[in-house]
Amino acid sequence: MNEQLLEIEDLEVTFATEDGLVRAVSGVSFTVSRGETVAIVGESGSGKSVTVMTLMGLTRSPNSRFAGTARLHGVDLIGASEDKLEAIRGKEIAMIFQDPISALSPVQRVGAQIAEQIRAHEKISKAAALERAIELMSRVGIPNARVRARGYPHEFSGGMRQRVMIAMALSLSPSVLIADEPTTALDVTIQAQILDEIRQLSAESNAGVIFVTHDLGVVADIADRVLVMYAGRLVEQGTVDDIFYDPQHPYTWGLLGSVPRVDRDPPRRLPAIPGQPPSLVRPPQGCPFQPRCPHAFDRCRELPPLAPRLPDAGHLDRCWLKPSEKRALRETNGRIGLTEGAAS
Amino acid sequence: MTGFIARRTVSAILLLFATSVVVFGIFEVIPSYNPARAIAGRNATATTVAEISQKFGFDKPIWVQYGNTMKLIFTGQIIDYQDNLNVVSQFVHRFPVTLSLVVPAAILWMLVAIVLGSISARRAGGLLDRGLMVAAITGVSIPVFLLAATLLYLFAFRLTWFPNTGYVQFGSNPAQWAYHLILPWLSIAVLSIGFYSRVLRGNALDVVNQDFVRTARAKGLTQRQVFTRHVLRNSLMPIVTLFGLDFATLLGGAALVTETVFNLPGIGQYEAQAIGNLDVPPIMVGAMFTAFFVVLFSALSDVVYALLDPRIRITG
Repeated sequence: MNEQLLEIEDLEVTFATEDGLVRAVSGVSFTVSRGETVAIVGESGSGKSVTVMTLMGLTRSPNSRFAGTARLHGVDLIGASEDKLEAIRGKEIAMIFQDPISALSPVQRVGAQIAEQIRAHEKISKAAALERAIELMSRVGIPNARVRARGYPHEFSGGMRQRVMIAMALSLSPSVLIADEPTTALDVTIQAQILDEIRQLSAESNAGVIFVTHDLGVVADIADRVLVMYAGRLVEQGTVDDIFYDPQHPYTWGLLGSVPRVDRDPPRRLPAIPGQPPSLVRPPQGCPFQPRCPHAFDRCRELPPLAPRLPDAGHLDRCWLKPSEKRALRETNGRIGLTEGAAS
Repeated sequence: MTGFIARRTVSAILLLFATSVVVFGIFEVIPSYNPARAIAGRNATATTVAEISQKFGFDKPIWVQYGNTMKLIFTGQIIDYQDNLNVVSQFVHRFPVTLSLVVPAAILWMLVAIVLGSISARRAGGLLDRGLMVAAITGVSIPVFLLAATLLYLFAFRLTWFPNTGYVQFGSNPAQWAYHLILPWLSIAVLSIGFYSRVLRGNALDVVNQDFVRTARAKGLTQRQVFTRHVLRNSLMPIVTLFGLDFATLLGGAALVTETVFNLPGIGQYEAQAIGNLDVPPIMVGAMFTAFFVVLFSALSDVVYALLDPRIRITG
């Protein structure tokens, strides 16, 4: 909980599309240290995937524009040349993708795919790389690895495929591991296994993990710190305890409130945040959550800066409400949520 | 696998049968068709025509004629009406010429199309890509007779860089054999290069957006490695099927315009003459010959596809 691996400062990602300039990510800053797991949560379209893919340089295209920096071991990834990035990808920073059946090459044996990752950065023979691949497959819990390494992705179950991806990503012991919704395509029982696998392996190598998800249950399980994103901006940032027990932003209240609770009486309707996320082509002036926030007031026309408003300097949020108001508004009948005129 | 072969063999037989019936039937329907008169010649008397009609069996019912023709074909005795040559033997002698024309042209066009298609896909949207695609469409749009005649006129007649038509056997002089075939190879290749490079470009642009290509990049592979190992391989697979069909029809004589313009004594030239003369036997044999290759190559390309894509397995 020490060496800072990754420092992202004021990251901005804009895409030029037929409908105009889409500001997918605006002014995102955060850090990732050795051995810590940072979760990025938000709805679809909040900019979380674009943020992490930009760290790997995977969003570079003729239509994309970037601003800000992302320093890995002091080297800026955003401005780095393609050659520089190719040397870093897979070796210093690696990624696990969401849907393993489409993320793995359908015409290549899985052992060979893992070996390809190794040989991309190390000069060893195909046979030696394959041996290491088999060993890695064993380590991530794939039984009978030697035989299964000759299999193709479509011959594996979803959980096994994801283990292959994990083996591939961790093969060169990267300092930073990015997991982009790795369990979304899997069923819940397998999800728990995969999370354990990721947690265990990253602890062994003391890597820093960035975990993108929309599932707060997963966040509670594995995260040390949490970043909440909305409409391309960071709206809250803090430790996992901060976010779950003392959330400061109405959007976070909405997210927490929409999780169905097994330990309480079921509500008549599943609570959801009313409205739609805003278009990122013409982002609204002021606070992006304002149109959907029942507690918005006139100051919200001005964009709140992401700043700590509590004594704890590590807990930041983008909301003009005073901490005392927030504490009052966020709970109804002991439940955290986003309801109109709460705690009257 | 044996189930696959059995099924394909049965469908081959059925297809050959259907082809022969259809082609034969077409000539029944053509109004001005009078083979006896055609064989007898312009100034023949009615008696001569009647004699010929009886000799060749043109007075018999259509299905009897069909039966006789098929029997003659399969015993290798079928004679064409125009020059009285044994059709099967003509095909056998002419096939090497067509092979000499088609096989090197196919190799040439596939290599060039893959290179150009790859360049286009990698630089999609840029000036080079647009230029290549315009050239490709032009290549596809030029009628072969125009291209062949133009090449012949410019490079053989005007500039005398190349010989003025004719074929030299490979056995007697390999250098001359190739020399005489260069313009014909170009005539065939231009159209196919245009077509296949566009198809490859389209496939590659689709594949490049797929998730596994993103994973390949995330591994730190160079742009070139990503393209050749992942994008290209997946883009070429559908082309295998297209190529199989294309090649099969060419072996059957589809390059008849080129053979005629350059006076190459191949199957296509023979078929073209037969069509011009409404000479049924060579047309029948030619149609069945092509059908045979089509079935063979379609089965082969299915097998190759299954070899390339492990998700596909041949089922009986």
